[in-house]
Order: sequence, then C-alpha cells, then structure tokens
Amino acid sequence: MDKTVRHFQEELELVLARLLEMGGLAEARVRDAVQGLVSRDPALIAKVMRGDEPLNRLHIEIDERSVRLLALHQPMATDLRAIVAAVKINTDLERVGDLAVNIAEAAERYASHPPVKKLIDIPHMGQVAQAMLRDALDAFVRRDTRLAQQVLDEDDTLDGLKTQVFRELLTYMLQDPSTVEPALDLVLVSRHLERIGDHATNIAEDVIFMVSAQDVRHHTAGGS
Amino acid sequence: MIPKIRAHGLSFYYGAVRALDDISVEIPPNLVTAFIGPSGCGKSTFLRTLNRMNDIIAGTRVEGRVLIDEADIYGPGVDVVALRRRVGMVFQKSNPFPKSIFDNVAYGLRVNDMAGSRPELAGRVEASLRQAALWDEVKDRLHESALALSGGQQQRLCIARALAVRPEILLMDEPASALDPIATQRIEELVYELKKSYTIVIVTHNMQQAARVSDYTAFFWLGRLAEYGRTDKIFTNPAEKLTEDYVTGRFG
Repeated sequence: MDKTVRHFQEELELVLARLLEMGGLAEARVRDAVQGLVSRDPALIAKVMRGDEPLNRLHIEIDERSVRLLALHQPMATDLRAIVAAVKINTDLERVGDLAVNIAEAAERYASHPPVKKLIDIPHMGQVAQAMLRDALDAFVRRDTRLAQQVLDEDDTLDGLKTQVFRELLTYMLQDPSTVEPALDLVLVSRHLERIGDHATNIAEDVIFMVSAQDVRHHTAGGS
Repeated sequence: MIPKIRAHGLSFYYGAVRALDDISVEIPPNLVTAFIGPSGCGKSTFLRTLNRMNDIIAGTRVEGRVLIDEADIYGPGVDVVALRRRVGMVFQKSNPFPKSIFDNVAYGLRVNDMAGSRPELAGRVEASLRQAALWDEVKDRLHESALALSGGQQQRLCIARALAVRPEILLMDEPASALDPIATQRIEELVYELKKSYTIVIVTHNMQQAARVSDYTAFFWLGRLAEYGRTDKIFTNPAEKLTEDYVTGRFG
C-alpha cells in the first residue's frame, strides 16, 4: 500500500510546484517595480508594466488544474484543504502581480518629476513585503505554521512603515505644493506595498488552515 | 489518432428487446475509457459486444459493426477464441479457478498452447503478477490455493490471469464494486499503470471511480449513448443536460 504513489498526489504536487513558480515571478515583479522607482529606470519600469502575461497564464492554469482535481478525485481532509488553499493563494499571487504593475505606473509618473526626497522607507517596505511573500510561500511548501505565524506578525511592521511614509510626505507637501503630485504617487506606492503585505498575510493564513485546519482569519480564535 | 476500437451503428437485441440502440463510438488506444450510466442502461451489454461475450447468450442479435484495428470482429471467419485472447476481460466478481495461484495465471497460456518451456512459463507468470501489482504479496506462496487470497488479491489475480496471454485490450466490468476502499484504490492505481501497455475499457456504477481513472467517459442512457467525451469535460462541463443531471446526482 505504502509503495503505490497515488497519481492524484503527483498531480497535486504539480499544482503546488506551479504555485511556487508563480510566487517567484510575483516576488521578482515587486522587486523590479520598487527598483525601477528608486533608480528611475524607464527600462525596468516598462518591463514590469508589460510583463504580467506569464503570471496571468499561471493564474489560469492553476485554477484549471485545481478544478479538475476537485472534480475528478474528490479529495478529502488535508488534500481537500491543500487544493482550496491553492486556489486562494493563486488569487492572492495574481493580485500581487497587478499591484506590481500599479507600482510601476506610479514609478513612471514619479520619474517625470524631480525627486521629492531620497527614498529610504519605501525600499525598506519593498524588502519587507518581498520577505513576507517569500516566507509565506516557504511556509506553504514546508507546511510550517510557525513561519506562517511570523508572516502574520510582520504585517504590523509594514503598516507602521506606511503610516510613517505618509506623515513624512505630508510635511513635504505642506512646505511645497509642487511636490504634491509626485509625493502622492509615493503615498500610492506605499499603499500598494502594504496591500502586497496583506496578500502575503492571506497566504500565511491559508497555510495555517491547510496544515492545522484552523481558521485564523479575522482573529477567530482557534477555529472549530 | 487511429481508434483501437470503433463501434458503428451498433444495436443489440435480447430476443425482441432492444438493449442497445445505434451506438457509434471510437475508443482510443492506450487510454482508459469508462462507461457510466444507471442500471439497465446498456453499458455492460455494450462492453460484452467488444469481445463477443454476448454470443454465448441464446436469442441475442447484433446489428451494426465493431471494428478493432479497423477489422470487423463480427465479420465472417473471425476466430472468436483468438478475438478473446486479444480482448481480455475481468468481471465484477473475482472468479479464480480452484487451483494454485501459479496455475491460475498459467492457465490461459497452457490452453492457448503458449506455455513454452518451464522457465519461460514461470517468467511469464511472474511478469503478469508483477504487472497486476500482486507479485510481492504472493511470490512465496505461488503454489497455495488462489481461494485463500483476499477479495482484492483475487481480483488482481484475475487481472494477472487476463494479462498473461498478452491481450491488447482489457475489458473490466465493475472490477472493484465488491471491494473495500483500499483494495479499490489499488485496482484504480493499477488501471492507471496498465494503460501504458493496454487499451482499457471499464464499466462502473461508481461515477467517482470513472472520474478518477478514466481519460474518456461514455454516458449511457436507456440503451443509447447520451454523451461521450473527455472525462474532465464530462465531469466539469458536460454538453448534455441529461449528463449534467446524472453526474450531479439530480436524477429521477
């Protein structure tokens, strides 16, 4: 019995592998978008704005594979939760890709104005958001609920940075109205990065649900 | 892709009763095709037309054609024994002979004069038992009675026996319906493995089983072929309302 690898398991592994591939792409796009903003690099910005296609293809493929597995194999217990989690994580990663495009669009507008200030907190936010994404996906692969919990805790860091960025930019805008337009784009970028952290948080919550069947969303204590 | 089996305008009668009505279907090679449908829909009758197993029932009649590798198996001069060697069959109830495990698998080789030398025969028996995923469980007791095996093992023995004469097609009529879920899963995994070497047609009452093991699914309804297509399509987005109602359990 233990010797037979069910072909369902092989197909499930394939879905999870595709999801990781997608996670890697999403993370790289966030990195490129923030890098494009900081270095005012039009080529890098254009690359992010045009390059959503591979992510969109994976989005559709993962959904199709998941539906097929649900329909044809009627998975139960941990297998069922893994597929449900995969479908939800898939949506989160696709949204991360879209947010990277939004950041690139803001970066393009920002680059048409003189810099408001030297960018420090926003690149930091970018690093935190990428690390959260990476950890959430690592937690998914390793079925590691402790790492998933760390991602949830890290979300407060990102929220704090976003507030800090907004307060600081407000002072620039009050002093010099000509900075309002580019500063608003920076506010938008910080908002997008914070949203990326929220998606990483969703993924971490799905990992905890997949592994332990506990629903930790909306601070529901312990699940049922 | 050239179909392995092609039925064309096939109707079948038990006396005056028409059990199959104008069935046309093409079954691809080296894949699993499942026949599903409610009791009495004709799926088992159709399966048995594919190796002329219905011939042994008195008062039956076939219209239309069944081609295997483009040759009509109901044509004049067809050797039915040779046909059934090419088109093996496994039944719902495992039916090992009251002989040893070894002799059960060797039986078909001996009666077909395919036994060869003693080592050749032993090698063929082992290969068949391995293909049926039974070898490891019986290799130390080959000369014990087959009737001492569990139900799931007996069914895999019957599959090994069918494979021993090297058929091209394997027909399976509810092969797991008398087995527990674990033994059923073993049979299903076996079917999945065997399609690399054989064309498999399986009749099952269990829709979920059809979904799990097959590449193509044919849905029979009142002796007609209601829908035939890729299994993922049939179970996620069937073309016919009737199929939709059946696979979602809204029947009746």
